[in-house]
Amino acid sequence: MSFKRMWALFVARNFEFIRDRAGFGWNILFPFLIVAGFGVIFSSDSRSEFKLGVFPVKQDSMTVNELKIPEKLKTYDHIKIVPFETHDEAMDKLLHHKIDILLENKGPKLRYWINNSSPKGYVLEKVVKESIIPEEMFASRVIKQQIKGAQVRYIDWLFPGILGMNIMFSSLFGVGYVIVRYRRSGVLKRLKATPVTAFEYLTAQLVSRVLILLATSSLVWFGCDLFFSFQMQGSYFDAFVIFLAGSICLVSLGLIIACRGTNEELTNGAINFICWPMMFLSEVWFSIEGASAWVKSIANALPLTHFLSAVRKIINDGATLSEVSSEITILLVMSLAFLCIGSLLFSWTK
Amino acid sequence: MSTVSNIIEVRQLKKKYNGNTAVDGISLTIAKGSCFGLLGPNGAGKTTIVEMMENIIAQDSGDIFYKGGERDKAFNQEVGIQFQHTELLAFLTVEETLRTFAAFYHNHLPVEDIIALCMLENIKKSLNNKISGGQRQRLLLGLALLNDPELIFLDEPSTGLDPQARKHIWEIIHDMNKKGRTIILTTHYMEEAESLCDTIAIMDKGRIIEQGSPENLVDKHCKDMDSPRNLESVFLKLTGKRLRE
Repeated sequence: MSFKRMWALFVARNFEFIRDRAGFGWNILFPFLIVAGFGVIFSSDSRSEFKLGVFPVKQDSMTVNELKIPEKLKTYDHIKIVPFETHDEAMDKLLHHKIDILLENKGPKLRYWINNSSPKGYVLEKVVKESIIPEEMFASRVIKQQIKGAQVRYIDWLFPGILGMNIMFSSLFGVGYVIVRYRRSGVLKRLKATPVTAFEYLTAQLVSRVLILLATSSLVWFGCDLFFSFQMQGSYFDAFVIFLAGSICLVSLGLIIACRGTNEELTNGAINFICWPMMFLSEVWFSIEGASAWVKSIANALPLTHFLSAVRKIINDGATLSEVSSEITILLVMSLAFLCIGSLLFSWTK
Repeated sequence: MSTVSNIIEVRQLKKKYNGNTAVDGISLTIAKGSCFGLLGPNGAGKTTIVEMMENIIAQDSGDIFYKGGERDKAFNQEVGIQFQHTELLAFLTVEETLRTFAAFYHNHLPVEDIIALCMLENIKKSLNNKISGGQRQRLLLGLALLNDPELIFLDEPSTGLDPQARKHIWEIIHDMNKKGRTIILTTHYMEEAESLCDTIAIMDKGRIIEQGSPENLVDKHCKDMDSPRNLESVFLKLTGKRLRE
């Protein structure tokens, strides 16, 4: 093993990344697009979880207060009221799940429509029915309790997931896809004709990509923090260690994808095949709490699950490294396994 | 065991791709300090046998000896290779590419010397994806010579070059051979083989069908021919005039 050769390959790969203006620009731009996306998603008007359609409403001439629907409905958070001029127009939106329930703007009897295949419609139907019951009816029957301690905002829970997703895509495409392209074009074959070993080459690629990932993730973090003031409960050093372990693990997974083959389209498909289950099962966007055991078993086999679990424990709950030691161990074991498999199966040529 | 005066010895080498025989039991020896040319029509198996000798692809059967023994870690330190088709890292400059590759070897020539030798001075700051085909060939040759190799493999080194650039590459190859370096060359240019090689093997359908010095091959095969007494006539006589691909 030669550190001189690894350093030369590491420097060369970094030059490749920085000088590829299109690729580099996208890697810089993408984090800011995520920030902008957050801005739109979490602006007050677009945070509504449910969409309630009302018809007939003359556009631009009627305010929400003038609508003949239960008054309580007009005050609920997370419900966006969408007016329609005609029944047909509104019904079309309901059929296509663009609204969750449709109410007629005509008193005194409340007429409504829901799409029976819509879970949100089902829930909103209960909410609409509840809205016609006076608030006093609940007073003697329910008692609202306050949560003790700091409440985790949804954005604080979601943000580590977004960062993890960004690292996952960048690892798999930035390593897996690029190495397959180098193999197809003969770059790897030229390197094989030198004393460079597969281990030296793969290590240089891994270190270079991990460095790039940590730099771009830091950029996203601080960019988003300017807008949303994240609640960081744990230590930044602990978070850095987890991001480092997670990045190494995901880049190592990318090396398995890159170990063989010259077909970029097939590689693209393989990467998507791995990314999409991780996006849904590793709790990037939503929790899988309550999902069936076999779904959770699959999720536990995915590196992103353990990465995000550890990151959220540190960022949201203030956990220390010792409290996420099981996740770190799993990530390191997975990294080692991926690296061994990737190195053993690695081929320089077609 | 091979004799040490031969830098490469190949015995009964075979290689198949998807059931098609590319190299069919070839044996040959290449003496130290020689310039050995492999000629043959497209698909004859030239690149396959050269890449097996280079340790780029594995043979199905047969043996390859380097300096009388197995090819070990020293092999990649001591050989220089120019492939027929190679892309380089697109966003490195010519000089950076040479410096990167220089770092791979225990010993290497000064990068400045290679730049001068291969006439890369004017493009040394150019990115690899901005240089012409001829410039790329000169850079690839420079990379093959960077570690001052004892054995140099050149797979069609002058393909696609203009006559001036080709002559320049020939001069470099000739100089290297005069300095005692062994050269294994494949080419489609008979003039190139005639000018540079002291031994030529003509291949067809995965086999060597004739071998000898250019002069001997011409003497042997052009005795009673109406066509010109040169290597091209020998080549066409042995491999036929039918279009292969």
